Amino acid sequence: MNAPQKITASFDAEKARADFEILSRTVYGKPLVYLDSGASAQKPRVVLDTMRDFAQSEYANVHRGVHFLSAAATDRYEAARRTVQAFLNSAREDEIIFTKCATEAINLVSYSYLAPLIQPGDEIVLTVMEHHSNIVPWHFLRERAGAVLKWVDVRDDGSLDIEALDAAITSRTKLVAVTHMSNVLGTVTPLKDIITRAHARGVPVLADGCQGAVHEKVDVQALDVDFYVVTGHKLYGPTGIGALYAKRAHLKGMRPFNGGGEMIREVMKDRIIYADAPARFEAGTPPIIETVGLATALDYLSGFDRAAVAAHEHDLLTYAREQLRQFNWLRVIGDAPGKGAIISFEADGMHAHDLATILDREGVAVRAGHHCAQVLMERFNVASTSRASFALYNTRADVDALVAGLSKARGILT
Amino acid sequence: MTDNALRELYQEVILDHSRHPRHYGTMDHASHKAEGYNPLCGDKVTVYLKLDTDGRVGDIAFEGKGCAISQASASMMTDMLKGRTAKEAEKLMQGFLHLVKGEDASDLPEDDRERLEVMGGISEFPMRVKCATLAWHTYKNAVEEGAT
Repeated sequence: MNAPQKITASFDAEKARADFEILSRTVYGKPLVYLDSGASAQKPRVVLDTMRDFAQSEYANVHRGVHFLSAAATDRYEAARRTVQAFLNSAREDEIIFTKCATEAINLVSYSYLAPLIQPGDEIVLTVMEHHSNIVPWHFLRERAGAVLKWVDVRDDGSLDIEALDAAITSRTKLVAVTHMSNVLGTVTPLKDIITRAHARGVPVLADGCQGAVHEKVDVQALDVDFYVVTGHKLYGPTGIGALYAKRAHLKGMRPFNGGGEMIREVMKDRIIYADAPARFEAGTPPIIETVGLATALDYLSGFDRAAVAAHEHDLLTYAREQLRQFNWLRVIGDAPGKGAIISFEADGMHAHDLATILDREGVAVRAGHHCAQVLMERFNVASTSRASFALYNTRADVDALVAGLSKARGILT
Repeated sequence: MTDNALRELYQEVILDHSRHPRHYGTMDHASHKAEGYNPLCGDKVTVYLKLDTDGRVGDIAFEGKGCAISQASASMMTDMLKGRTAKEAEKLMQGFLHLVKGEDASDLPEDDRERLEVMGGISEFPMRVKCATLAWHTYKNAVEEGAT
């Protein structure tokens, strides 16, 4: 197959690839073709180097000591907060809470913000394409406080039905929890429209930005979103670090999440005075090195023309979509207009795991399974799908390898 | 090398079992029953048994959805377990578990080993061993805790 790489004016994927050492390795003697960045992205050299350098030269605990290294580490840690602030364009740095991942950030909102507001029968609106991390914390409130989960369907092409979402909001709705970009369908939701409509009814919105923030520029002020969560490891950063953006007005009234060091102003025998945000929500020693790594990853990503990266990823998606059309035994799930660079599919007579095993032996890493989205699997009446997800370092050659692997799998399995 | 391992894994016997599973379906008046679930892939299997008073597998059936490996393994299991005493079945299962993990399965009777050898290729695919063992673990669950 002949597939010249399309080079956009200001982004060169081949050049970016060189930043990711792991991409030059082989698996089973074949060049690695990594199409699982939707699960976790690979890390550029600068992230790994910076984490090691920081640990070797500036590391100590933060916010604790008066000594030189503690001050240096605290500076880096708080500088990382400002990096996240700039990345999401929040108005204030104390609106950024570091968490261990997006899951923890959503659990924090569930416990600290929403739980105290829920009366039995109050409603939480969510879509059927949410990841389990944006479902289970709300199920907790259903189980423990009598909240009612109201599900908004997607259309057959995977797009969100905004009118259905609008109709699901009632006088009992306490929160709309919605993904920015589906990890299975690639659907990008009309966040601004959702937020405008929810706010018109006085309902706050939490957006799960795990996928969305990777692929497009986020501006929490322009969106006017109430809560926005991200995770580091999908943003080319390390695991163990994520962030919650929450509007200052919400944070002020929120009860603490975990209790421990860092989150208090004063502890007495009979009472406690809590610290203000963000410290109030960051009990215990944080993942300091990972936080520095996250900031480096965001700087790395922001160093590119984001629109050019998005155009590159869109080119891969379009190319892959065209290539997959040749297989009449393959069904792509999710074809929403404007979708992001994720393709899920099922194949006649071939289970996703068998397919993934054969692709793996060709060096092609895809995800197979329910993608932590069982409600969505039920919606499309599938037990599992295979998923290829693209990142800035992927190229058309990766798509070609996927297509060749699929042909081979077909030959072996049918 | 790689291709050989794949061909070994997806050999005709296995594909045939997965496409045309034996003893597939529900069972009326089962004496024992259990559901197995692989959270990794969402595969589900239900194993139905009619155990005789002495514990012999009088009848066996399964139903469920899953990959070629899990379906073939379940199908072969039902073929092989039918008519076995509790003790024979246990020995067969242990031998099978050794085999798919690439461990010594020489304590299996010769003809059992020959029949099960087609599943031996799975030992080259550690991520897939659970697919192969799902039905067997579910069978054991049915015997031990699944009296209806």
